[in-house]
Amino acid sequence: MTEVDLLTALPVREFVFFINKGIIAGLIIGSIYALGAVGVTLIFGILRFAHLAHGDMMTTGAFIALVLTALLPGAGALVGLPTAFVLMPIAMALTALLAIVLDRWFYRPLRQANVRPVTIVMASVGVMLMMQGLIRLVFGTGTRPLYVGAKDIYRVPVGDGFIVVTEPQLLLFAFTALCIVALHFFLTRARLGKAMRAVSDNADLARVSGIPTEHVVRATWIIGGALAAAGGTLLALDVTLKPDLSFNILLPIFAAAIVGGIGQPYGAVAGGLVVGFTETLAVFNWAILLRPLKPFLPDWVELPTQLALVPTEYKIVIPFFILIAVLIWRPTGIFRGSVIK
Amino acid sequence: MTNRAGRDTLLFAGLAVLIALVFAAQGAAFGTRMLVEASCLAIVALGLTIQWGYAGLFNVGTMGFIAIAAYTTVLVSFPVNGAFWTSNGPALLGKTALYLVVGVLLTYAMSQTHRLGLPKKIRTLLALIAGAATYIAVSGALGQAAAHIEGEAGFVGGFGLPVWIGWLGGGIVAGALGWVMGRITLGLRADYMAIATLGIAEIVKAYLKNADWLTRGTLTVSPLPWPVPTPAELGFVMSRAAYLSVTAVMIVVIFVLLQRAWAAPWGRMMRAIRDNELSAAAMGKDINRRRLEMFVLGNVIIGIGGGALITFSSIFDPSSFLPLNHTFLIWVMVILGGAGNNLGTIFGALFVYVIWTMSEPAALFLFDQIAYWGDRLFDWQAPADMTTRALQMRVFVIGLTITLVLRFAPRGLIPERPVKYE
Repeated sequence: MTEVDLLTALPVREFVFFINKGIIAGLIIGSIYALGAVGVTLIFGILRFAHLAHGDMMTTGAFIALVLTALLPGAGALVGLPTAFVLMPIAMALTALLAIVLDRWFYRPLRQANVRPVTIVMASVGVMLMMQGLIRLVFGTGTRPLYVGAKDIYRVPVGDGFIVVTEPQLLLFAFTALCIVALHFFLTRARLGKAMRAVSDNADLARVSGIPTEHVVRATWIIGGALAAAGGTLLALDVTLKPDLSFNILLPIFAAAIVGGIGQPYGAVAGGLVVGFTETLAVFNWAILLRPLKPFLPDWVELPTQLALVPTEYKIVIPFFILIAVLIWRPTGIFRGSVIK
Repeated sequence: MTNRAGRDTLLFAGLAVLIALVFAAQGAAFGTRMLVEASCLAIVALGLTIQWGYAGLFNVGTMGFIAIAAYTTVLVSFPVNGAFWTSNGPALLGKTALYLVVGVLLTYAMSQTHRLGLPKKIRTLLALIAGAATYIAVSGALGQAAAHIEGEAGFVGGFGLPVWIGWLGGGIVAGALGWVMGRITLGLRADYMAIATLGIAEIVKAYLKNADWLTRGTLTVSPLPWPVPTPAELGFVMSRAAYLSVTAVMIVVIFVLLQRAWAAPWGRMMRAIRDNELSAAAMGKDINRRRLEMFVLGNVIIGIGGGALITFSSIFDPSSFLPLNHTFLIWVMVILGGAGNNLGTIFGALFVYVIWTMSEPAALFLFDQIAYWGDRLFDWQAPADMTTRALQMRVFVIGLTITLVLRFAPRGLIPERPVKYE
């Protein structure tokens, strides 16, 4: 076999397909999960309850961005970025405010009444339904686009194929990376960030050493709410905005938070990527990667046309099984978070 | 004591008046349908009150347990599908089951090889390989069987057994699923159980919806056989009344058994575990085992209620199971009525369901008025999908009710009565 033959035999086209449908897709959904899971893990670690309304908080943030986009349609053109992305900081601030208000109305009274933590989880179910109902009441149940106009698409030529990335996807990667770096510096350098970690490690010890718990709680809601809004908006920019995100995203972000270890923000990011990649690769059709082998195989070997590990309809099973596996074998998560008893 | 009894009587009298009003306004056929559905949901709510009120377990997956029990009821009681049994389907399914059994045994054997002196890493690797091979073999065989059955016979049909066996079977299957879930999550905090049950409910629904060979998927299965004469034979009111008497007897039996159990030493032990886990453990009670007992018992009752509910609706449609109607509505019934009080739970179930049924026309009327006056006064054009949106108002109200009850009346309308021993 000459060198030229070898080159054409290399499965470049299939490899590019794998990057597009496997790696990039996994990275996108993993980043979204990471943004949600950081909030979930901080709330779980500091306030000690599973905030089941987090998925709807993401949706709410995206809808706030939608309203802002409708109010100020020209904002994006000024900087040359999508309008919703430019206005996203405002949406994040408003969602953070909403999170604080929700805490004050619905969670803090229960905390102060010293109820069992599981009662607060239930209150979060109530809040989830309220948000769901209001969103659908105001915006209807249909899907709508958040990205106005045609998306900028970047094609990187590799061999005779293209690696395709759209503008919202690039923004998503950049923003997630920025958030993680900022969060890292906040948690390790800032006074409040250190206080948050202290409360997460040992709430009683933190309180007796004079850490203002109310400030820490407020900071938790601000970070959780803002990141949820960012995640929701970026997801809606990449695909479409639909009001029934909540359950479908709730399970993966909790799986991510538990995989990463409760109370561990870096763990949540890693967990989000793990869950995102597993999900994407499990429904990926591996038969395409086998196709280049065809000429080298004897005739009686028949390559399957569909070779996904899990059919797409059962995608929701994957985060669930990750969750169950982690709960059975390593309830502390890969980053050794706390098992909250 | 009399004061409390008087209050309860007053509440139930008010409920009776409310039901009478519905009968007067909507007619007897509508009223009996509402009562039958409410009674089925009351059975489900009794199961949930065992889990939440007695044991403090947070089950957010009621919908999943109802759905799997409902399907089991269909499988047991639906008439036999001759085409399936004469086709190759049973043999192919048998092959799948054989693969599954062999694969599971093999995986288990591999996971025990460290007893033969193999290092743990190799053991884990072998077990994983065996598990993966099992998965591939079973899913391949199942896919083949499913395609064959769908092509030849449509779906597997049922066993044609009496309906009550189906209900019991539904309870048993729901209980078995609960046992697995409980084994995994009961050692951890209640939050983990909430997330896991939330997930299993969605998975059960996704499976029932997509496994066409088993459930006909979106094509739905109907008409389901009834344990009493159907409306075609007796007319709506009489047949529904007959059905209602069956469910009412079931409620009474379950209620009496639960009351007896609750007053017995077993109930005392359960209260001790719920109220003070540490001291109960110090007294030598096996907390996780007892909790598992509660969780499974609750799921069995939820399953029986779910079976009764699906038989009454006479059509099995996997997409008709909604978290809102089959999980959160039941939650509201339990916490509003009084978690841990069986009478309160039954009251809550009936009361909430009456309100729920009437809230649909009420919401539509309200939004109709808003649209009308908005148009007249402000020239406001109502959106075209106003009716679907108006119904979303009920989601909001359910959520608001949960949060308000938890904050202002955490013990419900008919709270749990502490049992006093003289």
